[in-house]
Amino acid sequence: MPAAYEVIIGLEVHVELHTTSKMFCACPNRFGAEPNTNTCPVCLGLPGSLPVFNKNALELALRAALALNCRVNRYSRFARKNYFYPDLPKAYQISQYEFPLAAHGQLAVYKNRELLRNVKIERLHLEEDAGKLLHDEGQAYSYVDYNRCGVPLVEIVTGPDLRSPEEARIFLETLRRTLLYTRISDCKMEEGSLRCDANISLRPWGSETLGQKVEIKNMNSFKAVQRGLEYEVKRQAEILDRGGRINQETRRWHEDKGMTDEMRSKEGEQDYRYFPEPDLPPVIVEDSLLTRIGTELPELPLPRYRRLLAEYGLTPYQAEIITGDRDLADFYEETVRIYYEPQKAANWLLGDVLKLFKQFPGAIKQSPFTPLHLAQLLKLVDGEQISGRTAKEVLEESFNSGKMPELIVREKSLGQISESHELEKVVDTVLRENGAAVRDYREGHKKAVTFLMGSVMKATGGKANPQLVIALLEEKLAKIGE
Amino acid sequence: MKISRKEVEHVAALARLAFSPEEVELFTRQFNDILDYINKLNEIDLEDVEPTSHVQPLHTVLREDEAVPGDSALLEAVLREAPETENGFFKVPPVID
Ligand SMILES: [Zn+2]
Repeated sequence: MPAAYEVIIGLEVHVELHTTSKMFCACPNRFGAEPNTNTCPVCLGLPGSLPVFNKNALELALRAALALNCRVNRYSRFARKNYFYPDLPKAYQISQYEFPLAAHGQLAVYKNRELLRNVKIERLHLEEDAGKLLHDEGQAYSYVDYNRCGVPLVEIVTGPDLRSPEEARIFLETLRRTLLYTRISDCKMEEGSLRCDANISLRPWGSETLGQKVEIKNMNSFKAVQRGLEYEVKRQAEILDRGGRINQETRRWHEDKGMTDEMRSKEGEQDYRYFPEPDLPPVIVEDSLLTRIGTELPELPLPRYRRLLAEYGLTPYQAEIITGDRDLADFYEETVRIYYEPQKAANWLLGDVLKLFKQFPGAIKQSPFTPLHLAQLLKLVDGEQISGRTAKEVLEESFNSGKMPELIVREKSLGQISESHELEKVVDTVLRENGAAVRDYREGHKKAVTFLMGSVMKATGGKANPQLVIALLEEKLAKIGE
Repeated sequence: MKISRKEVEHVAALARLAFSPEEVELFTRQFNDILDYINKLNEIDLEDVEPTSHVQPLHTVLREDEAVPGDSALLEAVLREAPETENGFFKVPPVID
């Protein structure tokens, strides 16, 4: 059934910046500490305390702005957003309003390597995070933890450019990858360091005006973003089909129930009474700072993907997976630098090594298995010092212990027997002990060589170099025949 | 521009302040007096003057990103001042936003 309406989605994404301290005070910016232990007079909003802006927060936000192709405003300033809620002890949030740090960016979104859309980034502004409230249903209290209060955030607002719930999810994944690449944030939706609200409206195909939009909150995973919006498309379409009107409201997604419900309507709409923050002077971004941030910007996923195709002859599939994670791409390129066989390195990395990385609890960079280990392993295989099967065992052990592959091979004498004089002795014994097979072979049953080959492999515990065994057998059998 | 009673009541509601009808009357008058006074500025030609947001000639005051652990004595003192606490949390009447 063709959809009757065009879906219009815009996202507001909050991303916590990966700083050491908070935005306006020296409290640690750290997830998971005991409640309220990372607080001070500034982030508790005690009278007389004054904020001072964190240089690193500015630089990370500028990096985000450049990674998203934004125009950086040389003059920006903070504003107070006033509201009463226990997550903000000051009763205002320091944010940016008429003069955001950056605007007019864009991010290209691909699906199956086809360009889906260039999504506009309308603005990117700095603000401080609020504290966290814990409440269980039916409890007589809410519990307040201000550890998150004052953590630096950027809010990224897209244009109404996304055309389906799936596109919204893919955009968010692309944004996350970009921010992870540039090490701006750890982007963990489950810990709240990446949060996403959506504005969604429907309109009849061909219509030029936008329909009434509804804001959706509380979508706490990539899957939830897609599911929540899919539910909302259905809900709004049913209302419009009946000739009804969409209310201007904010709705909350309930992952467990698989539905949204009304949180507040337009009547409850906040009036934030923004005004310039008097305790913080304006921010002027000098050319020199912007140039430095630009130079430090790492290669982003898309250009890196294109370069890997061209430079190493990878398949689009290989290049996509490798560049999907900056650590994996770094691992790959470092391996290839030591061991220049791009295809072999990619096959091993995306096969057995990636499987191990996926089981590994930490980040790729923290693993004791390094590009040096992989390169050495692959050189052992190339030099026929170990068989492909042994290589997999060595890989696993090297991955778990961090021992160099050469050492493992030596210690366990796993080395492939490639020395012909050593093998010759084994071959001679096998031929002597299997007179019947030798006779068969000489009478024209060439398959008998397979049996003899198997006997040699058995005698060497599978460590004989198969090509060498065949060569030796054929040579010796020919001689017997003379 | 005249400020009405309704606007005063709206601003009071935003600031969570409750006023008696007499107070609303008084503040509406005072509000208008203040605005009348400020309106004198409109007599000056301000065509080329940027609106002022900050009076000091300062900009881009930054600190290094160095963390100092929270002060447990201060936290204890703050928690002591709070109406209700539990296990290091501040306790407030239930809010679901
Ligand atoms: Zn603090």
